[in-house]
Amino acid sequence: MTLTEKILARAAGRARVEAGENLWVNADILMTHDVCGPGTIGVFKREFGPRARVWDPRKIVIIPDHYIFTADSNSNRNVNLLREFVREQGIEYFYDVIDDPAGTWQFDPARGDLARQYGSRYAGVCHSALPQKGHTRPGEVLFGTDSHTCTAGAFNEFATGIGNTDAGFVMGTGKLLIKVPETMHFRLEGALPPGVMAKDLILHIIGEIGFDGATYRAMQFDGPGVATLTMDDRMTIANMAIEAGGKNGIFPFDARTAEYVEARTRLNGTKREYEPVEPDRDQKFVYELVIELDKLEPLVACHPDPAQRRKARELESVKLDRAYIGSCTGGKTSDFIEFARVVRGRRVKIDTFGVPATPEIVHDLQSTRWGEKTIWQILLEAGVRLTENAGCAACLGGPVDTFGRINQPGLKCISATNRNFPGRMGHKESQVFLASPATVAASALTGHITDPREFLPA
Amino acid sequence: MQSVFTGPAYVVRDNIDTDQIIPAQFLTLVPTIPAEYEKLGSYALWGLPEADYPVRYVREGQLDSEYPILVAGRNFGCGSSREHAPIALGSAGCRIVLAESFARIFFRNCIATGELYPCELTSRLCDRVKTGDVLTVDLDASTVRLHATGEVVPLKPLGEVRPVIDAGGIFNYARQTGMMPARG
Ligand code: SF4
Repeated sequence: MTLTEKILARAAGRARVEAGENLWVNADILMTHDVCGPGTIGVFKREFGPRARVWDPRKIVIIPDHYIFTADSNSNRNVNLLREFVREQGIEYFYDVIDDPAGTWQFDPARGDLARQYGSRYAGVCHSALPQKGHTRPGEVLFGTDSHTCTAGAFNEFATGIGNTDAGFVMGTGKLLIKVPETMHFRLEGALPPGVMAKDLILHIIGEIGFDGATYRAMQFDGPGVATLTMDDRMTIANMAIEAGGKNGIFPFDARTAEYVEARTRLNGTKREYEPVEPDRDQKFVYELVIELDKLEPLVACHPDPAQRRKARELESVKLDRAYIGSCTGGKTSDFIEFARVVRGRRVKIDTFGVPATPEIVHDLQSTRWGEKTIWQILLEAGVRLTENAGCAACLGGPVDTFGRINQPGLKCISATNRNFPGRMGHKESQVFLASPATVAASALTGHITDPREFLPA
Repeated sequence: MQSVFTGPAYVVRDNIDTDQIIPAQFLTLVPTIPAEYEKLGSYALWGLPEADYPVRYVREGQLDSEYPILVAGRNFGCGSSREHAPIALGSAGCRIVLAESFARIFFRNCIATGELYPCELTSRLCDRVKTGDVLTVDLDASTVRLHATGEVVPLKPLGEVRPVIDAGGIFNYARQTGMMPARG
């Protein structure tokens, strides 16, 4: 069996399963956020009754992160709806924006976009917060009301996005009927060369198989190249499985996975036991692709979909209006460090926005020094508009007052995020080009799409 | 259950993602709150670029669409997992989407909510019909008839998905079939 089949078999209490079978699987964690949480709770109450109890208050993780730093009243209300439900149900893991469990959240636009407006529990973008807060464990099944839930496949677990109705069902029963996906095999060999990042690797794969090349399928990434990838790299790759239509992306378990998961579960006092899955000898794949990491180059996915792959160096004629670094794909500490490596001592030429995915990343950037200066200072001095208000921000547009949102037609933005369908970052007549943080940085310096290797020492 | 649906179609092309079906700024609306459910319908397919789609799916100021049938190309409903997408379409009065292929989560959300029937075509229809053309879809026979030409094209059968949508979604289905206790 493949990694995905093994986890699903275990979660269904079966010795063996095959692709195509429909199974009832037990969930280890159900995650929801401010955009889909209120609707999921609505389904749960409608279907199980107003006084129903959730199946397990320790297995539901609620992370407000999408529409937080906005004056939109429905958005602020939705965070407050989550808090009421958490209080009523005794849900343990709720990463509230404010510290007072009896308070109400309201964003204060008078304090501006840049200075932090959250309390000590707030955790930022759900897919980055889940691992940081110790909720990702090898061998488990994670359902989330967000398509990028597949990010957690980096930790050798089955993680997939579901809708509110399915999530309402899981909330009440802890189970979900799912079809075992066929597995596609991506074997990684070698190591990424300088200037090329995990983002380039996944853009390459999506370009190869197409925007729907993995529909209903699992994407398994393995081979000797995996050992050279950090957990941040693996998250970037698994994150974008959905951009090829994938049900999930999954990595094997190794010493790096163990180190990360053990440190995080210990730090946060979450469940520490886990049981990884190892690949079998007899794995059935529907597709195989070998990728030589050394041969990859910086890539860009052009407007209007993530499979429009081109080499960055062939797009130098594309003039840009703005640049954006952030999100669960491109807003991690390591992403900002690679960005800083390119812009250090230089100035950006176009409007450039930076949104760390989580408060912990804000802290890392403000405390990690590179010579005399912190990463945060290096970015500010380069002219980047950086906010401490970690979250999804303009990755998905959001309410019109969202930091970094594209509010005018015709603008071209290069972005370290993961999705570029029309209107994704705001105005429906704007264009988004997806690239690695290094390519975003180099392009911000020149004002047109630029291969970052031009700015790196040979 | 109703099997035959006749009405004008609205035609879109490949890769219509959930941001185009219901743009992110409207996700502040909660679908289980009835007034907000209605409002979601008024924004269905609001995110389609006007340059490519000069005719709106839902006319300005209306809550419902004139087009009960939607015709699409490949990968309809890709992108986010937001259930607001099938709900916005359903709330606007869409009963059926005929597409060459669907993205996985959208397809599943159609079934889970029972909002509309996601039917797969066996050939590309979005190049051959235009917005306003009248179609008749027969779910029992798995066919679509193009009124303009009289041509009948086949659909892939909905199979085990059909009774779930007929029932109005997974919860109703589970109750009807005894998998869940009936409402007390
Ligand atoms: S950062 Fe972007 S992709 Fe990630 S969860 Fe938020 S909106 Fe979705």
